Amino acid sequence: MAPLAKIHISNAIVPLFSFVGAGTLRLLGNFGAIAVFFSLAFVNIFRRKQLREIVKQVFYIGARSSLIVLLVGLFTGMVLGLQLFYTLVKFGSVGALGSAISLTLVREMGPVLAAIMITARAGSGIAAEIGILRISEQVDALYSMGVDPVRYLVSPRIAAAIISFPLLTAFFDLIGIIGGYLTGVLLLGTNGGTYFYRVQSSLSMVDIQGGFIKSLVFAIIVSGVCCYQGYFCHMRSDGYGAKAVGMATVSAVVISCVMILVADYVVTSFIM
Amino acid sequence: MATPLIEFDNVTKRFGEKTVLDKINLKIYENQITTIIGKSGTGKSVLLKHIIGLIKQDEGTILFQGKPVDTMKKSEWKACRSQIAFLFQNNALLDSMTVFDNVAFPLRQTTSLSRDEIKKRVLQRIEDLELTEAIHKFPSELSGGMQKRVALARALVTDPKIVLFDEPTTGQDPIRKNMILSMITHYRRKFGFTAVMISHDIPDVFFISDRIIILWEGAVGFEGTYEEAVKKKLPLIDEFLRSLEGFEDELTSLLSREAFRMHYSAMLGGSSTAAAVSAALFSIRLNLVNEALGSQAALEVLRALGKYTNKRFRPIGGFSARHSRDEILTIFPHTSIDEARQLVAGFAQELKCEALDRVQGIAIARIGKETSFDIHIRAGVTSVSSTDAINQIMDKARVDQEIIVTHRCGSGGNEQ
Repeated sequence: MAPLAKIHISNAIVPLFSFVGAGTLRLLGNFGAIAVFFSLAFVNIFRRKQLREIVKQVFYIGARSSLIVLLVGLFTGMVLGLQLFYTLVKFGSVGALGSAISLTLVREMGPVLAAIMITARAGSGIAAEIGILRISEQVDALYSMGVDPVRYLVSPRIAAAIISFPLLTAFFDLIGIIGGYLTGVLLLGTNGGTYFYRVQSSLSMVDIQGGFIKSLVFAIIVSGVCCYQGYFCHMRSDGYGAKAVGMATVSAVVISCVMILVADYVVTSFIM
Repeated sequence: MATPLIEFDNVTKRFGEKTVLDKINLKIYENQITTIIGKSGTGKSVLLKHIIGLIKQDEGTILFQGKPVDTMKKSEWKACRSQIAFLFQNNALLDSMTVFDNVAFPLRQTTSLSRDEIKKRVLQRIEDLELTEAIHKFPSELSGGMQKRVALARALVTDPKIVLFDEPTTGQDPIRKNMILSMITHYRRKFGFTAVMISHDIPDVFFISDRIIILWEGAVGFEGTYEEAVKKKLPLIDEFLRSLEGFEDELTSLLSREAFRMHYSAMLGGSSTAAAVSAALFSIRLNLVNEALGSQAALEVLRALGKYTNKRFRPIGGFSARHSRDEILTIFPHTSIDEARQLVAGFAQELKCEALDRVQGIAIARIGKETSFDIHIRAGVTSVSSTDAINQIMDKARVDQEIIVTHRCGSGGNEQ
């Protein structure tokens, strides 16, 4: 019986290990490829004739995402105002509302939610646009004209993300604090002076720096992942042509969002 | 022979299990037009993409001016690549840019020319390719033919040394097809570039090609001139060439060369040896007309000549075909040489009065009313003996060629 049992165990374990191993290798391979791709693109940011494209992309990723960031920031601040007000009332600490809202937004919710909103709005667009350029041979056309496609398509988007993410995060934080003021002060009657005093006194430079560091990390992740997914959509095994572009866009958004949350934990554990 | 500009040495390319190129050996020489033909899926586009480095070979070596590309430094390869332009099969225009921006793109990105200089060059190319009315349009607003011309303008705007054309005439009408081919020959002469082209526009592509390469089952089935391909009579190649060459020449509506050859053989086989047969060789200096009046006018002249040859001689049993880009040979069965001369004289009169007038409008648009240009149509008449090969008939007729029609374009119309 013993040898038979051994065979059964090995039959069950080997495919499992093989599956996990192959998945891990694929994952590591992808991370490595994204890292190399990002490095190449990052170096090319500083080449000549990039400024015009970077400004265009700052407009697309940054300026055109500001409305959605404003709306989400406003309502996030308003919801936080409501939730925290009724929680703090239980402990008789309504005066700390400004501190609670500002710290939550600046340290955590601002960078994360802003990044997720930009991913949804601009990241998906980046992946789809580059994907379409790829499947219609426009990327090959760039190469054939002596233009480095990574330099022309990817580098400006990465630079624009690095510029836009911290700015939009700051914008989100500011609007969120105003949203908290609307519900906490104007709706629920907390003292306005106390609210802003607490905001000012509780926020330190370290908190603000932490938020910005996170937003920079998220910018790198989102731009790198979205550009990578679009650029290599023709190499996907799960679809070709338009379908590949669709799959690449979905992957870009999902991977970016998951990576944002994972990176948020990692960065927070380092800066706390 | 000189060192090839580009050489494939045992190049193999596989996509998964499928071997697309199997130990390909071929040479492309400087200042020549090399045409690659082959059935769909034989790796023609893949081969072309290897030249510019869009696809890397799995085995073998690609040499550029005798030097293996794989051993070149990055800067060296970049310098080589900057001399090459590529015209994609599906055009690959940047669809978020206008026609002007598409054509200007390579200049803006890869040169340090001033804005004015870029504008000047771009407008010149746009005018050359008759795209002026589409200059501010986006690719999606253009017809397939216009998109092709925009792609061609973009490929030529940097004055490249080597131009790779991946089916440049696909989706074009016969006139435009020939215009594009004329333009390729014209620019090749003007700028001295080397052209490598994938095309199936027979017979015109053979008239302009210096060498042809036939890809067959992933390998090079033939490499050489068209005449050599026809002479060799390799069964597979012969069958393939025949399948490409239709019964009729698309531009002139004359017989294809193959159909002409069959008619000629049948005529010799069916007629008694005593029956007189004559031939006339008509020709136009297409290059001169092209230079002076543009390719559209040149092709209109050729088309008019072809159509009139058919109209005038077919009812009396004559049959004609284009045997080079600008030469039409007509065989008159049961016709003595004197009768043939009379037929040609009558034909010249009608051609001058009716057909060539259409060219006038195009010519005036190009050169204006003040200047003039004379289009000469030549003809040589000869008798044909039953042992004469088609080439021999042409040689004999060429000796006796003289001008039969002079059409003055610009300031006057018909002359002589």
